Amino acid sequence: MRLENREALEERRREAKETMKRPSHRILVCAGTGCLAGGSAEIYDRFLELAAKEEGVEVEFGEEIAHLSTPHGADANSFRTGVKRSGCHGFCEMGPLVRIEPSNYLYVKVKAEDCEEIFEETIKNDRPVERLLYEADGVKYDTQEKIPFYEKQTRLVLKNCGHIDAENIDEYIAVGGYTALEKALFDMTPEEVVNEISESDLRGRGGGGFRTGYKWQQVARQKSEEKYVVCNGDEGDPGAFMDRSVMEGDPHKMLEGMMLAGYAVGASEGYIYVRAEYPLAINRLKTAIAQATKAGLLGEHILGTDFSFQIHINRGAGAFVCGEGSALTASIEGERGMPRTKPPRTVEQGLFAKPTVLNNVETYANVPMILNEGAAWYRSIGTEGSPGTKAFALTGSVKHTGLIEVPMGTTLRKIVYDIGGGVKNDVPFKAVQIGGPSGGCLVTSNLEVKLDFDSLKKLNAMIGSGGLVVMDENTCMVEVARFFMNFTQNESCGKCVPCREGTKRMLDILEDIVAGKGTMESLKTLEELGEAITNTALCGLGKSAALPVLSTLRNFREEYIEHVVEKRCKTGTCQALQQYKILPEKCKGCSKCARNCPVNAIDGKVKEPFIINQKACIKCGTCLDNCPFGAIVKES
Amino acid sequence: MLEQSYYDKADEIIGQHGTAQRFLIPIIQDIQSEYRYLPPELLSYVAGCLGINEAKAYSVATFYENFSFEAKGKYVIRVCDGTACHVRKSTAIINQIYAETGLSKDKHTTDDMLFTLETVSCLGACGLAPVLTVNDVVHPAMTPEKVHELFEELKGAENQ
Repeated sequence: MRLENREALEERRREAKETMKRPSHRILVCAGTGCLAGGSAEIYDRFLELAAKEEGVEVEFGEEIAHLSTPHGADANSFRTGVKRSGCHGFCEMGPLVRIEPSNYLYVKVKAEDCEEIFEETIKNDRPVERLLYEADGVKYDTQEKIPFYEKQTRLVLKNCGHIDAENIDEYIAVGGYTALEKALFDMTPEEVVNEISESDLRGRGGGGFRTGYKWQQVARQKSEEKYVVCNGDEGDPGAFMDRSVMEGDPHKMLEGMMLAGYAVGASEGYIYVRAEYPLAINRLKTAIAQATKAGLLGEHILGTDFSFQIHINRGAGAFVCGEGSALTASIEGERGMPRTKPPRTVEQGLFAKPTVLNNVETYANVPMILNEGAAWYRSIGTEGSPGTKAFALTGSVKHTGLIEVPMGTTLRKIVYDIGGGVKNDVPFKAVQIGGPSGGCLVTSNLEVKLDFDSLKKLNAMIGSGGLVVMDENTCMVEVARFFMNFTQNESCGKCVPCREGTKRMLDILEDIVAGKGTMESLKTLEELGEAITNTALCGLGKSAALPVLSTLRNFREEYIEHVVEKRCKTGTCQALQQYKILPEKCKGCSKCARNCPVNAIDGKVKEPFIINQKACIKCGTCLDNCPFGAIVKES
Repeated sequence: MLEQSYYDKADEIIGQHGTAQRFLIPIIQDIQSEYRYLPPELLSYVAGCLGINEAKAYSVATFYENFSFEAKGKYVIRVCDGTACHVRKSTAIINQIYAETGLSKDKHTTDDMLFTLETVSCLGACGLAPVLTVNDVVHPAMTPEKVHELFEELKGAENQ
């Protein structure tokens, strides 16, 4: 039903709240990419069956929406159930996750065969199923709120993720969704909206930390009939998935943010550019747009006002550089996604050469709460120069991987140890790679650093889009630098020489180093090239391409020196720097290794210890795999 | 020359979008998801319909990694080699797939057109690293042993 005015929206909110309240129990099955991979669709179906059969328990059912990723999408309409597919809870490693309301029990690593027991115990008797509760250091945690992973977080942007049905607009409306839009349209002028955002000091969450209010102000000032609002959902940084989770778990929040931007700057069309690697996010957004359009929250004369707004979705086609503003708009226009020189800037001539507001997913998702709660409230969270919260994707060698949200200015120690539970397998901590291929690494001495835009800049690192990859003592930093350079080199669009040629040379040198062919001269050349590329490349991708190398060179120089001088990789990661040796005391002289060696690098007399000729050895490991006596070892 | 049905399909897809240049990418994306690759003849055809020259359409299609002018296998396997997966040893996963399929760095599709192997930079499922997808279905926390089981299963399904 189309909402014609403010009163109709408020009425719908009242009704939605009632519907959400009515069931005696709600079963929320996480349907984020992570949990779906663990089989949550099957769990969802199982609960549907159980709920349909059960008559003794008062479970009130809400309408479901057919959905592509469940095999029984078409049948789902016929059920009336309190089982919901929620967005990502963020605790991906423990998935599939199931949360039961109102008791708030959170079950981890649930399997389809556990559903019956959960239903019997928790739904009927309100008792927890002990064995499915999250356990750490001997303590069992019955509710989600008590688990340290969640307890230490401040979830504002991700508040609804995992708590509402991402495919039901009424659930979003019931928890206060679209109140900010309502407030803006009826009680505020566009200038007031821009001012509120400016006062909140919201900074772009895509990496650069540019002031959002200032950006909006500049677009609002442009005298142009056509203006655009563009959302950057091309979250390409390897190791980052915050935006995916927002798009999958709370798509309406982001849409509301875009609409508010449209109202504030006088634009009536919006584009969302989403990576093709995120099919579920694309489907959820499509559903959300269709529902909002049907409800009259998108389209012509929204809520009976003069404000009209439409949103289109563009799928990316696999080019990392499209995360850069001018490349992204070029791609939407149907061109090669290559950045261009600026000025003119995007705010003046962006999409289709019209003034354009370009922000990322998380930035837009911050907007509704700023309008609802006010700029002063927002500034009370986080630090003075970087207010609000930031979502991070915590991954790598850490006990609890997943999506987290903390106030800006939280220390690295708190994130890695309190929320992440420390390094996996209790190996010593080595570094955190922050900001993906454009970022740098933070080391043990940086554990007390407050993560915000300005403090990180001082350390030559950046928040980037928010990927935090924890690395332990077993990670070779030279190899990590090579890995990132390989990534940026692959993704370089080739337009400017410093990036196209420079990253290629840097990669060549790094490949030499991990292959044992580097010299001290290589390190100097890397630094020279790195600085030159940083100073002269055309776009952000090129300017930051050398940062992971420069940062590891600064922090782990001794590791580089080991590689080039001693030809040694102590982590054992760099294959070419390893040596295979035969332990004479264990070798029985059976000659099996020599017979299997593809390059005849092993010599010896039968029944006497054999020897590997290191110069001829190609380090394939065949001898080690074949030795029946365990006499061959790999040394680094 | 392709069969007429290909051109009819292209017409249908163009009809769903429109003939402005900005629809070039969505149109060829849809064509690719229909045929699992982008037949070069259809790219030229679409360029004609959209009133842009062939060279331009070709430059766009070759710029983006997702477009392939070669037919892909029935199972498209994408192994994530993003940071998190890399740190959790995705290289071993890729090597195991090479061993299972006989593919290599330079050979992406098996001769029987069953498997295509691609590496991607991040699938955004870092919490489950290392991951791979088979025709977009995510397989989490992979090990070389699990890769072996997966291929036994896929090959078994084919032999039936």
